[in-house]
Amino acid sequence: MTSGGKQEAEDASRPVPPARETLILTGNHAASFAVKAARVQVISAYPITPQSPVVEKLSEFVEDGELKARMIRVESEQSAMASLISASTTGTRVFTATSSHGLSYMHEQLAWAAGTRLPVVMCIVTRAIGAPWSVWPDHQDAVSERDTGWIQIFCEDNQEIYDTVLEAYKIAEDERVYLPVAVCYDGYILSHTLMPVELMSQAEVDKFLPPFKSHLMLAMSMDDPVGVNPVTVPEPREGFPAYMELRHRMQKALEGAAAVMEEVEAEFAKVSGRHHGGAVRSYRLDDAEVALVGMGSCSSQAKVAIDDLRAAGIKAGVLTVRLFRPFPKRQIREVLKGKKVVAVFDRDVAYGLEGALCAETKASLYGIPDPPYVHGFIVGIGGRDFTTENAIEGTRLAVERSRNREIHDETTWLNLMEGE
Amino acid sequence: MITRPDDLPEEELLLSGTRSCAGCSMSLMYRTAIKALGKNTIITVPASCLTVLHGLYHKQSVLVNVIHTTFETTAASASGIVAALEALGLDEKITVVGFAGDGGTSDIGIQGLSGAAERNTNFIYACYDNEMYSNTGTQRSGQTPYMAYTTTTPHGKLEHKKNIPMIMLAHNIPYIATTCASYPLDVFNKFTRAKQFKGTRYIHVLAPCPPGWGYPTHESIEIGKLAVRTGIFPLYEIIDGKMFLSKESEPYLDPRKRLPVADYLKKQGRFKHITQQHIDTYQEYVNGQWDFISKML
Amino acid sequence: MVNSRDPKSTIAAVQHPTVGEAGKTGTWRTFRPVIDENKCILVTSPKARCHTCWMFCPEGNISKTRPPRVNYDYCKGCGICAQSCPHDAIAMRKEEDEP
Ligand SMILES: Cc1ncc(C[n+]2csc(CCOP(=O)(O)OP(=O)(O)O)c2C)c(N)n1
Ligand code: SF4
Ligand code: SF4
Ligand code: SF4
Repeated sequence: MTSGGKQEAEDASRPVPPARETLILTGNHAASFAVKAARVQVISAYPITPQSPVVEKLSEFVEDGELKARMIRVESEQSAMASLISASTTGTRVFTATSSHGLSYMHEQLAWAAGTRLPVVMCIVTRAIGAPWSVWPDHQDAVSERDTGWIQIFCEDNQEIYDTVLEAYKIAEDERVYLPVAVCYDGYILSHTLMPVELMSQAEVDKFLPPFKSHLMLAMSMDDPVGVNPVTVPEPREGFPAYMELRHRMQKALEGAAAVMEEVEAEFAKVSGRHHGGAVRSYRLDDAEVALVGMGSCSSQAKVAIDDLRAAGIKAGVLTVRLFRPFPKRQIREVLKGKKVVAVFDRDVAYGLEGALCAETKASLYGIPDPPYVHGFIVGIGGRDFTTENAIEGTRLAVERSRNREIHDETTWLNLMEGE
Repeated sequence: MITRPDDLPEEELLLSGTRSCAGCSMSLMYRTAIKALGKNTIITVPASCLTVLHGLYHKQSVLVNVIHTTFETTAASASGIVAALEALGLDEKITVVGFAGDGGTSDIGIQGLSGAAERNTNFIYACYDNEMYSNTGTQRSGQTPYMAYTTTTPHGKLEHKKNIPMIMLAHNIPYIATTCASYPLDVFNKFTRAKQFKGTRYIHVLAPCPPGWGYPTHESIEIGKLAVRTGIFPLYEIIDGKMFLSKESEPYLDPRKRLPVADYLKKQGRFKHITQQHIDTYQEYVNGQWDFISKML
Repeated sequence: MVNSRDPKSTIAAVQHPTVGEAGKTGTWRTFRPVIDENKCILVTSPKARCHTCWMFCPEGNISKTRPPRVNYDYCKGCGICAQSCPHDAIAMRKEEDEP
């Protein structure tokens, strides 16, 4: 199925690989292959478990000459993101990956990247945040960064990681968006698990993803110098926007990003034959009365419970939230309206409130007639197993509480040790 | 190397009417430095007085490309610019410069600076040293000298300055220089020389600050010169590990030629409260510093 | 099209070079430097070189001309030029005293 692109013609002396290849890859390596295919120009990263293999693989690609990129082996995650902000501003496509404390350490830079409206792409290999130390998966790291202005997409398998990284560049570099994108996937559960991943041919990727462009390309306009990110003041001056207007434009871009993501997915589907559902993905929801809601590994586990739930007489299906930021309120409302019960499984806690996904799902349903009851469950924190039994248990509890019209202000945690 | 004021290029890349204080020597050294760097430069600047000098959105007071970065990330930001230029094949054409204050350099930014220098990132890092956090209202920094008043050392700082050029020397970088805003020709020559090297180059510029140091605006040049003539701030270059004393500082290798430190300290409000004992301690410190330098030469 | 010069379409804080970014900073002045052309070496001795005042002005408010001229729109009156003139050709005059 090769279209014989320019790149392939140039490499005619080399043995031509089959146009598409299916490799057995970990989630981390699936990300690395996508970054290579995207012809990223600058990579800057710092090691942390479970992200490290993404960058180790990329180092091999770069040192073997398979990827013509500059690799900055920075001394911290803060520097990783700071260097990419400037590399992107200078005019290059950039990539990093991190987890947990590395992500927290980037916090200030995340806000800076978004505020500069830079199409930076990062993988967040999700992991718990200390204290105490835990290298195991949950979503606390990614979820804690939800207010920085990044687009956040959660993946459920390794193919989706590969595809989403490619889509992420296309979304980020869309003029209507110009925002950084985080591709999030569960540490170990995906990052270190082998799965078959179909890689696109380079010609296909090049066609889907044209060379980098952005609103800031400083190196290309040396004769028209500018300053990026100076001090702003509270009120507009001489008709120019002030900080508040610029932040308003950022929010507007986020509000429109879900639609762009859906467009990009449709285009990607045409090339690849794969479509991941856009902002949200439904599994056996059409006839369902009960919806289990989750992101990443939570939704995978929820799906496994559906047969048992249905066998037990609970007509259940799963809503996978892929796009966590911008939060797809409309899509969620459309899918969940008419359902009776919603059980949200959060692998994170908006501490002092409840699971972040649960709170936001509730907020999305506000104001619709006859909204479903929404009950949240905290699961799988710090790598604790989130089992099929837990999913069933939570769903049953949700159904029961809905029947009794109970409202629980306190959180319910599943699979805690006995007596806790 | 230029030797006379009118040898300096006429073209101004710093545009009149900036936001910096009257008599700001940082402004002077920046004006001079960018004359040496030229238009094909991308400068990255962290939070500092220099951010303010560049002006409020949507106007800018310089004719070069500037990327404002967060307080601690000057060297990381520069590393990103360098990598991007290398990826684009423009690294030979465009000079990358990180320009930060003393706080942004020696305190919060030292990790990033050390990392970038260890990677021998191809850029110039310039620290203008006004010996305090001026932008936030003159608090103590790691570069604040012994006994100087700042708002967080109301009775004078108890420790001496951190010797950043020597820390940079430990990174084995090809070029290190100290200079002072009061000597524009030296500033120009050292930035010009730095441009000729590849790898990490570090320039430390002493930049007297009238409101922060407590002296009248017209004395900015005089104060900086006194810092050199008392031997408090020696001017030198270190090229591939070898130190060369600059001609402005050469005479002061001889302790008899050095002016007493009190001549410098007594002109500044920030040292108003010091006693003879402090002056003696200061003098001893300066003498010790020169003993060290004489061994390095 | 995103264009940083266009207030409507710009999406990030991008600044563009302008003289007088902070406005007419000449209004900050209490003393103004006045060059006495009878003392300036560039006038008194046509072959001489100098421009020390031009070199030292923190933001280039003196022209590199013969004789040098002060740009009073932006001169902040710091007095550095007067202090550094080797021929004592620049005097700082209180603003009110000057016509
Ligand atoms: C992470 C962080 N901490 C603190 C600040 C506040 N801050 C801004 S500028 C500054 C001081 C800058 O001092 P220095 O680097 O010496 O430059 P100067 O202002 O003296 O020119 C501080 C503390 C900040 N912007 N970011
Ligand atoms: S506070 Fe000092 S360093 Fe800052 S602008 Fe004023 S004079 Fe310059
Ligand atoms: S040195 Fe000071 S007083 Fe003289 S022209 Fe420049 S700003 Fe004005
Ligand atoms: S410094 Fe004095 S003598 Fe020299 S050019 Fe300026 S005014 Fe004339």
